[in-house]
Amino acid sequence: MESFIFAMFNGVLYGMLLFLLASGLTLIFSMMGVLNFAHASFFMLGAYFAYQISEGLNFWAALIVAPVIVGLVGAGIERWGLRPVHRYGHVAELLFTFGVAYVIEELVQMIWGRVPVPYEIPDVMAGALFTWQGFDYSIYRVFMLVVSVAIFVALFALLTYTRIGLIIRAAVSDPIHVATLGHDIPRIFMWTFGFGCALAGVAGVVGGNVLGTEPAMAIQLGPIVFVVIVIGGLGSLGGALVAALLIGIVTRLAIFYDYGVGSLILALGLEIDTAGMLRDFTRITTAQVAPVLPYLMLVLMLIFKPRGLFGTRDV
Amino acid sequence: MNMLVGRLGPWIGGAIVLIALPYVFSSGFALTLMSQIGLLIVFALAYNMLLGQGGMLSFGHAVYFGLAGYFTIHYLNFIYEEEVPYIPVTLIPLLGGLVGLFFGILIGYVSTRRAGTTFAMISLGFGEMVTALTLVLVAIFNGEDGIQTDRVIGEELFGVTYGPNIEVYYLIAGWCLLCTLAMFLLTRTPFGRISNAVRDNAERVEFIGYSSQRIRWLAFSLSSFFAGIAGALHAVNIEHVGFEQVSVLQSGLVLFMVYIGGTGSFVGPIIGATLLYFLQSTLTGVTEAWVLYLGVMFVAVIMFFPGGLAGLITMHQPIWRVHSRLLAPLLIPYARFFAALVASVLGCIGLIEMLYFRSSRLSTETELIIFGIESDPFSAVPWVVFTGIAVAGGFAVRKTLPSAVSAWNTAIADARALPRG
Repeated sequence: MESFIFAMFNGVLYGMLLFLLASGLTLIFSMMGVLNFAHASFFMLGAYFAYQISEGLNFWAALIVAPVIVGLVGAGIERWGLRPVHRYGHVAELLFTFGVAYVIEELVQMIWGRVPVPYEIPDVMAGALFTWQGFDYSIYRVFMLVVSVAIFVALFALLTYTRIGLIIRAAVSDPIHVATLGHDIPRIFMWTFGFGCALAGVAGVVGGNVLGTEPAMAIQLGPIVFVVIVIGGLGSLGGALVAALLIGIVTRLAIFYDYGVGSLILALGLEIDTAGMLRDFTRITTAQVAPVLPYLMLVLMLIFKPRGLFGTRDV
Repeated sequence: MNMLVGRLGPWIGGAIVLIALPYVFSSGFALTLMSQIGLLIVFALAYNMLLGQGGMLSFGHAVYFGLAGYFTIHYLNFIYEEEVPYIPVTLIPLLGGLVGLFFGILIGYVSTRRAGTTFAMISLGFGEMVTALTLVLVAIFNGEDGIQTDRVIGEELFGVTYGPNIEVYYLIAGWCLLCTLAMFLLTRTPFGRISNAVRDNAERVEFIGYSSQRIRWLAFSLSSFFAGIAGALHAVNIEHVGFEQVSVLQSGLVLFMVYIGGTGSFVGPIIGATLLYFLQSTLTGVTEAWVLYLGVMFVAVIMFFPGGLAGLITMHQPIWRVHSRLLAPLLIPYARFFAALVASVLGCIGLIEMLYFRSSRLSTETELIIFGIESDPFSAVPWVVFTGIAVAGGFAVRKTLPSAVSAWNTAIADARALPRG
């Protein structure tokens, strides 16, 4: 039971990190119709900027400054890159962000090298907050959880109770009408894009030192974030939260409880094929398939319920 | 008669070029390079059946390429162990094509129900899933090491063993020509036309009585068939297949080839595959920044000429169709623009190379040579020089572009004013 709670805690933590990424992505998608392939690259930029800033100043400065820089970079890319491509349609925009993801990864390698950089947890939070039933709960992990929950609450309040949130929600559902009311839609797009990238940047600042800050981190996390927003339903923040937690918990539990297909076959009273070409199918364990699970869920979701869990429109 | 020559001319010419190439470039490196380009042309054309002709953007088409490759390797090994019926290596690519077709039909049924962004997402999902599975099912895929084989399994007609590279080159060249012809003819069939129509407006296609979903499925399956042939040719050529061949990286590479080459015309993917693979194989040894250049090239194509390289050529088709002398006034403005572009690009390359050199901590090289000139990235002189070239080139590009564009506008207006002849 204790270990179950521990695994759940890790799952929730991973899920909240995914949510930080997915919230910006789904906001951008629902407003502009652009699936930002480079979203995880902004997550990576957040981690690298945080590393650089915490080298010079400290972690707390990085937590504030790095997401702002990432947001400005994102807004700039939208203004001078994505906006001119807009007239060629959504596929061209998707391709553009795909290209940008490549370029950002290479630029990061050019500036910081191909090996991971030593971006570490700040000393104040390195220890364990408390020990319970033999498991250490580190301060930093609790801090990550607090940050991501705080951002979720702030984002929710911003969208629900403020005037900016009202305009954003209106622009999501009907950009043309909002434009006729005198709002500058391209500018709203630019700042929404920048804001979404800044959220990814926050995830990079708080997640980079736990997951490892290296050039491959974007490509590892990027596709999973897509899975989250598709399963949650495009354009739905609540859906993104549920899907992120679901994927976080399922993958962590699959790794934690390492059950195999072999034990299932034995339990059914069948024999195990240990020599043939298909022998690995009987050896598959849940930990091995954990990386595949999100994609399996994605494919099943798109087949049976293409709108996702809470989506109001098709992908 | 004239029409027949016009139609068959490019194919006969292409065949002659393919036969003659090994006599011109006979080194081992050139042979392997040309073989690899040949099979990548098949793969790129297959991919463009989806992207260019069917309007389906896939991030996982390497799945069919790679799975056919794995199957081919296993089949060759099984022939060697006499566990399966003997198939001559000449016909093995057909087997790979059938494997591609099988998975294309299976996965296509699920993924082609929708087009656009959903299709792109599902293709990415399947791509990631298969890549992850290659690392789990070790007996079939052998993880990161991949599997290998020996393509020499027996003597075939006229003493061909496929031991020497030259024989493999002709095998690939033959299949390349055959597949190119088949895919070209497919674009001329009613299916090819209706596939274009589904790309342009699926709703209208439904109204004239077709199921757009079935058309996409058929296009997807056929494309996977040709991708499978390319994968089998890869397996025969390299005698090794690893998880890179099914991964999203390979899918991304074919996307880059097709898009930079140009999705709008049939020759675009051929140009793209030839150019990019040639650049990749020659530049990866020289520079660390190849992927950066590739990404920048791709982004530049999307932003500035979405028709790709082939689009730039077809832009001038209406002009030289009327009269080739109309192209003459274009030469000087184009040359000016091109010179400015080359200068700015060279300047940027110099800066990028120096940055890479400074940042790569694992580098064992002690000196950096850019364009044959030894440059010390830790002194100020090369930085100033390359920045100067890049900035001056950039200004020159902005200055010369309008005259190049207006020259084209004038030429096309003149072409329209004149009667054909």
